Amino acid sequence: MAFSKNDIKIDPAKVTDSLVRQMRAVIGRRFHKRGAVIGVSGGIDSSVCLALSVRAFGPSKVLSLALPETDSNPESEQLAHELAGQFGVELIVENMTPALDGFGTYQRRDEAIKRVFPEFTPAYKSKIVLPDNLMEKETLNVFYLTIIAPDGQEKTARLPLQEYLQIVAASNFKQRSRMAMLYYHAERLNYGVIGTPNKNELDQGFFVKWGDGGADIKPIAHLFKTQVYQLAEYLDIPNKIQERPPTTDTYSAESTQEEFFFRVPFEIGDLVLLGMEQNASVSEIALAAGISEEQVVRIQNDIKRKIKTTEYLKAGPVYIES
Amino acid sequence: MADIKQTLREYIVENFLFGDTDFEFDDETSFMDSGILDSTGILELITFVESTFEITIDDDEVLPENLDSLKSLEAFITTKR
Repeated sequence: MAFSKNDIKIDPAKVTDSLVRQMRAVIGRRFHKRGAVIGVSGGIDSSVCLALSVRAFGPSKVLSLALPETDSNPESEQLAHELAGQFGVELIVENMTPALDGFGTYQRRDEAIKRVFPEFTPAYKSKIVLPDNLMEKETLNVFYLTIIAPDGQEKTARLPLQEYLQIVAASNFKQRSRMAMLYYHAERLNYGVIGTPNKNELDQGFFVKWGDGGADIKPIAHLFKTQVYQLAEYLDIPNKIQERPPTTDTYSAESTQEEFFFRVPFEIGDLVLLGMEQNASVSEIALAAGISEEQVVRIQNDIKRKIKTTEYLKAGPVYIES
Repeated sequence: MADIKQTLREYIVENFLFGDTDFEFDDETSFMDSGILDSTGILELITFVESTFEITIDDDEVLPENLDSLKSLEAFITTKR
């Protein structure tokens, strides 16, 4: 049967039942934990994971944590409260800014930004983005820095190597500090940590190693983003969360996941990747996704490169023998 | 022409392969597909090419057909000089 956009559809009830059973088995019988800790960002992935955890372990055995820092959008914490309230789960808010200040996160990051844009001050906002033209041109994944002045004026420049590495390394303190805080609460309660990546993020390496990549179980890591949305609807995740564009919520300037990393809308990228996995022809994928065959090939090449070049992120320590 | 390619090959072997000449790649081997370079490596390569060959690589030139093999890089650098 020809590949079609319906192939991305799942049976949410069946998927939920299967995931809940497996989460209980892993966290309970295999890891001998008594519940689950989950960081909630106000995004769709962590919300779905929280709802699944509540079904698996019961609301009294799930602890949700909001982990804001100075660059976080305040809406993220508001949505975390709304989500926890709806599912009857305790929410603890841990302000990560003092810990991140201790690491020198902001100072190290801003020092690198200032080398690119000397006029940059903490009053500015900043973000890192990839070229937004993948649908038109097969540009390589080289990162750009955008700064936004207090008067709204934007400037963008391709990042030199040292500055790119320093900004990313400093920013990654955020995910790694959050992971440490999640494990603090998990260990004091003898709970397991639920990781929230979806398939797009895991396959293409959109996570921080030993940061948001650090968890005991990742229940939705095999699901495409658009499938996570199908689960969200079934699990009755608040509409505000379902309608919110996926963001990184890592940089002070708003940055969607599409502009930061994926470069194409999820509705298209998911079908292209699924088509690749099902060995569908380029013309079938183009028809299903409503784009040209040339665009399919460009997106496929981008996805293949990301999968190939992010092996380091996905690998644990490699043990070698003499 | 040989100088450009040789300079690039030496840089790639020394910088990205730790001098390991057991890993063979020809002039048309894709740096990305063969696993020699990731996106950070491309950025590093751009920095090297710009400083060594005294050229500026514009944003819309950061394309696989310009940068992803010894042959394409050599041709690209030649047109830019």
